[in-house]
Amino acid sequence: MGAERLCRVDELSGVAMTSPDPMKKKHKGLPLVSGGLVSMICECPPYRWAASRCYRWGLQGRSLTVMVPYLWLVLLFLAPFLIVVKISFSEIRIAIPPYAPLFEMIDGLYVQLNLHMANYQRLFHDDLYMHAYLSSLRIAVVSTVLTLLVGYPIAYGMARAPKSWRLPLLMLVILPFWTSFLIRVYAWIGILKTEGFLNMFLLWTGVIDEPLVILHTNIAVYIGIVYSYLPFMILPLYSSLEKMDHSLLEAAADLGCPPHKAFWKVTFPLSRPGIIAGCFLVFIPAVGEFVIPDLLGGSSTLMIGKTLWSEFFNNRDWPLASAAAVILLLLLVVPIVWFQRFQSNRSQLGE
Amino acid sequence: MKKLSAALLAVAGLALGACGDKPEEKVVNVYNWSDYIDEQILTDFTTETGIKVVYDVFDSNDVLETKLLAGSSGYDVVVPSGTFLARQINAGVFQKLDRSKLTNWGNLWDMVLDRTSIWDPGNQYAVDYMWGTTGIGYNTKQVAERMADAPVNSWDLVFNPEVAAKFADCGIYMLDTSDEMIPAALNYIGENPDSKDPAVIEKAEAVLMAIRPFIRKFHSSEYIDALANGDACVAVGWSGDILQARDRAAEAKNGVEVAYVTPDGGAQMWFDMMAIPADAKHPDNAHTFINYIMRAEVMAKASNYVFYANGNKASQEFLTPDVIGDPAIYPTPEALKKLFIITPYSSDVQRVLTRIWTRVKSGQ
Repeated sequence: MGAERLCRVDELSGVAMTSPDPMKKKHKGLPLVSGGLVSMICECPPYRWAASRCYRWGLQGRSLTVMVPYLWLVLLFLAPFLIVVKISFSEIRIAIPPYAPLFEMIDGLYVQLNLHMANYQRLFHDDLYMHAYLSSLRIAVVSTVLTLLVGYPIAYGMARAPKSWRLPLLMLVILPFWTSFLIRVYAWIGILKTEGFLNMFLLWTGVIDEPLVILHTNIAVYIGIVYSYLPFMILPLYSSLEKMDHSLLEAAADLGCPPHKAFWKVTFPLSRPGIIAGCFLVFIPAVGEFVIPDLLGGSSTLMIGKTLWSEFFNNRDWPLASAAAVILLLLLVVPIVWFQRFQSNRSQLGE
Repeated sequence: MKKLSAALLAVAGLALGACGDKPEEKVVNVYNWSDYIDEQILTDFTTETGIKVVYDVFDSNDVLETKLLAGSSGYDVVVPSGTFLARQINAGVFQKLDRSKLTNWGNLWDMVLDRTSIWDPGNQYAVDYMWGTTGIGYNTKQVAERMADAPVNSWDLVFNPEVAAKFADCGIYMLDTSDEMIPAALNYIGENPDSKDPAVIEKAEAVLMAIRPFIRKFHSSEYIDALANGDACVAVGWSGDILQARDRAAEAKNGVEVAYVTPDGGAQMWFDMMAIPADAKHPDNAHTFINYIMRAEVMAKASNYVFYANGNKASQEFLTPDVIGDPAIYPTPEALKKLFIITPYSSDVQRVLTRIWTRVKSGQ
């Protein structure tokens, strides 16, 4: 009797995935935080004037609420990004600030636009930058996979733990954040160096005869990234695993599915949103990581964060550093947007 | 009514006063190199003048320059090295010093003033704080164990691959500054260390690439602890830093013995200059602070603590014998002749240096 035939749980997980999310309840109106204050504001003339204006322009409570995240994006993402783009097209000079203005008034009549393309040309001319981008992507991919491998069992264990244990376990995952990130990375120097704790311990137990050279290598960078970003992987994984309906696994068992198969057929697909969120949360900052490769990596650890730093500080070339940052952003944003598209298309097709 | 107008006048007077010569807040923001002062000096200064010192440190000229060029750094006194100072003066970063407020100007040493005027003609913008050389520090025992006749008085110790290979296992550290290591490498192969010709500068790359596999770390401050703990046996670094490592090792009684040499082939001499940014919020306090540091006793106290020579002739009588008498700190007149100085690089040439340096560090 083949397990394949009996293990018909794909539908089960499919059902669970499209079942309505209890979190998606529609909110009607604004929550009344303090009714008295709200009504007081609503009655004062400037508010009423503004409200009537907004209404005329088609702005109501709901559209205003929707606008908040957009405003946030424009103010904290788009505006700084445009400034970086602007600097990336200007020319370096020794002055305050160390780049030439993009727009210049000529005779008080014309505005001259000086677009300096050389920064981008240089990025593609010198293979240093391409090497740095590729090596950053490689380090980020490897460490994301490692973080997933380490984080998944932890999140799984937490989600399966007795209810009363979960909160303390969650606290333990968040606890390291109470210490500065920099200090925690610094502490790894003491652990990984040739005369560090790890080597001392391994020598003492007799596992190795010669101390391992880990510090100032890529391995130390992987260890640093996996350690630093582990909570960002565990938390989304935990939240998606914890929400999972345990009866699905019981149903799978009833249908004759062995536990390991049930894991791959039910648990793993259901935790996919958590895996995707966790991987993004680790991968994106890891690509641009500067502190970890600088402290733990060797001189041959080439990462774009370090290359950017040296453009900015050693060459004082803000325009080139900005151009490198713009390319880095495109390198990250384009695939992510494409992935999102792909995901939403798939879920639409699924429905 | 009269009372009201009087009150209004008083308020207006206050406001006017605020716009005019409002007394400065009793604070001075100082940005200096790490491990570069006896903290007692700062406490004494505050006790005497009532001006609080907010003291912040950096370990590279690049970081300082980036902050200065960004504008509104918030610092009142900064301490760039000579070559950087020259470029920053051109960029309009600094204000001229008000000599009338620097009553201790007469204490300065003409040997130093002559040299610093190469970067700052007429010494109008800056006063030397300390100066030193870029040489080699080494762990006497570890080096002798690995090579009995090690050429410790020569750049061969680090720039000759056959010699450097012997010390790779006990750790060679090198300053992470292209504009110190490349001139040193050029000097080693007999080229002009101050060359601005890219074709000449590129010759340094081969020298540095050949020894690259034997370098444990390129860093501009970690070598102090590394030498003192015995984690590094050879380090190219700044004179005073290595002498601090020597003293830390002696205090720790950990069996580590560190020595410093300015190699016979010649070494770079550099000057760290106190200057006041043009947009400093407390220029008066900054002048008071600089003038205080220029006192003979204060400057001597600083040198006695950090083991760097200073540009203050009058302070020399207050220096302890192990500072003024140490040729590693105050070189003999003959040794002084072999020290070279570097003038600023243009942006294009700086790029050549940085690119070579990146290749040396990363191997790409």
